[in-house]
Amino acid sequence: MRIACPYCGARGVDEFSYLGDATVVRPDPAAETALADFVDYVHTRENPFGRHRELWQHASGCQSWLVVTRDTRTHAIEAVEVAKDVALARGEAK
Amino acid sequence: MSTDRYSIFSLLRETLRGHTGWKPAWRSPEPKPHYDVVIVGGGGHGLATAHYLAKTYGVRNVAVLEKGWIGGGNVGRNTTIVRSNYLLPGNIPFYEHSMKLWEGLEQDLNYNAMVSQRGILNLFHSDGQRDAYARRGNAMRMHGVDAELVDAPELKRILPMLDFDNARFPIKGALRQKRAGTVRHDAVAWGYARSADGFGVDIIQNCEVTGFRIEDGRIEGVETSRGFVGASKVGLACAGNSSRVAAMAGLRLPIESHALQAFVSEGIKPFIDTVCTFGAGHFYVSQSDKGGLVFGGDIDGYNSYAQRGNLPTVEDVLESGMAVMPAIGRVKLLRSWGGIMDMSMDGSPIIDTTPVEGLYLNAGWCYGGFKATPASGDSFAHLIAKDAPHPVATAYRLDRFATGRTIDEKGVGAQPNLH
Ligand SMILES: Cc1cc2nc3c(=O)[nH]c(=O)nc-3n(C[C@H](O)[C@H](O)[C@H](O)COP(=O)(O)OP(=O)(O)OC[C@H]3O[C@@H](n4cnc5c(N)ncnc54)[C@H](O)[C@@H]3O)c2cc1C
Ligand SMILES: [Zn+2]
Repeated sequence: MRIACPYCGARGVDEFSYLGDATVVRPDPAAETALADFVDYVHTRENPFGRHRELWQHASGCQSWLVVTRDTRTHAIEAVEVAKDVALARGEAK
Repeated sequence: MSTDRYSIFSLLRETLRGHTGWKPAWRSPEPKPHYDVVIVGGGGHGLATAHYLAKTYGVRNVAVLEKGWIGGGNVGRNTTIVRSNYLLPGNIPFYEHSMKLWEGLEQDLNYNAMVSQRGILNLFHSDGQRDAYARRGNAMRMHGVDAELVDAPELKRILPMLDFDNARFPIKGALRQKRAGTVRHDAVAWGYARSADGFGVDIIQNCEVTGFRIEDGRIEGVETSRGFVGASKVGLACAGNSSRVAAMAGLRLPIESHALQAFVSEGIKPFIDTVCTFGAGHFYVSQSDKGGLVFGGDIDGYNSYAQRGNLPTVEDVLESGMAVMPAIGRVKLLRSWGGIMDMSMDGSPIIDTTPVEGLYLNAGWCYGGFKATPASGDSFAHLIAKDAPHPVATAYRLDRFATGRTIDEKGVGAQPNLH
């Protein structure tokens, strides 16, 4: 498996470290449902059979955090985006 | 329905008859319209559950539905190591119950599962690691489990081929559990299947569960590739695919699916007569009766349902092996393969009821569920038959992630690829 880092080009997967599902969003700690929301955020995962958006860091390269869209059935990679761009597009703080 | 007993006499009789009289070890029945209990998944845990349901708890109107063939999942893909050298209170009694069931398994099943208590040696490489293993050994002994610390001179007599004076990770000794060992994995699936079948359990292969029928929050049965099968109770034992199957019943689980690889070398003369694990990298090895070195290491580390891993992990495992046992560098690798496991958020399993009445969950076994097979089957059968947890499995609750009672042997938190 090779991941095409937007800054460094296609590199072997052993240069990257994995964090997991990129679709989970830190809940609002002030919300009334905060306790249940945080349990879900920390522990519950969709774990899809197929398309998965996931966070990787190019740890032995440029250190960037990336959002990789990958098929968990075949390991085929559909897209690699810079995580910061994804967060900004989602409207999260700069 | 009743199976022939295997014995020296049946073997002699069949030898004289040219082995023409053996019967299939289990039937291939058509699914009935309704069962008291349907188990989804014909791996080790599902088949063991059926055996204990029938034999220990007297529930015999049972079917095990398997989408492929029994033994094609993780039960036939693992590195066959069984042990009960755990540290945490929720785990030790459970795994020790499993070890005791292994010790009597072949008599219980009337089946040769090649249970071999050849022992396990977990190497340590520093003073800090020695302290950690001493603590683990003491926790085990306080629970009545055998454990002993082996110092370097004695270890040299047991495993002379280790690289004791490795400059980076010198070997200082090992934690030993003599009752640990290996068990022939497919024989475990076959033995439980044959025994369950003998009690009247229907084992139905090539039957994929594709949905659940739930009325007013209560399970009514399962939709399958071979039609609807009604059930008063349904137990899920779908290691690796638990999230997918549970999602069909509207459940979301604290689980990620990950690939683990295993390896076997060409057959060589007797080289290692115990199980040995490297304490500084991740590598564990034993030798099969055919002579192949059977070994493995870390999981690949990212979500996968592909049943195969990638080359960097192969390289990593082999490097770890070379670091601890340089002699294996002369041996050819014969095969490698992968299996998909449920990695849970705390590295420990779940055996519990679910929000759906009559639906029970057995999941989250990570890379260590083979050794758990007998106790998992017994505990899951107890839960399904009596609607109460087995005394050794009370900690494996689904709600422990919300209540803070997680069981994290490795202490890495909710990061499944690090467990
Ligand atoms: C490479 C490798 C090495 C391992 N080494 C060890 C070890 O040394 N020691 C140890 O203790 N553990 C080990 N494990 C872990 C252990 O193998 C598993 O935790 C354990 O086997 C899981 O339980 P099982 O046997 O029931 O799983 P499986 O055999 O995988 O059974 C689950 C079954 O469910 C079926 N299924 C899934 N979905 C459906 C559906 N929709 N309908 C019908 N059926 C379905 C699958 O086809 C499968 O047969 C290892 C695992 C791997 C992959
Ligand atoms: Zn990069």
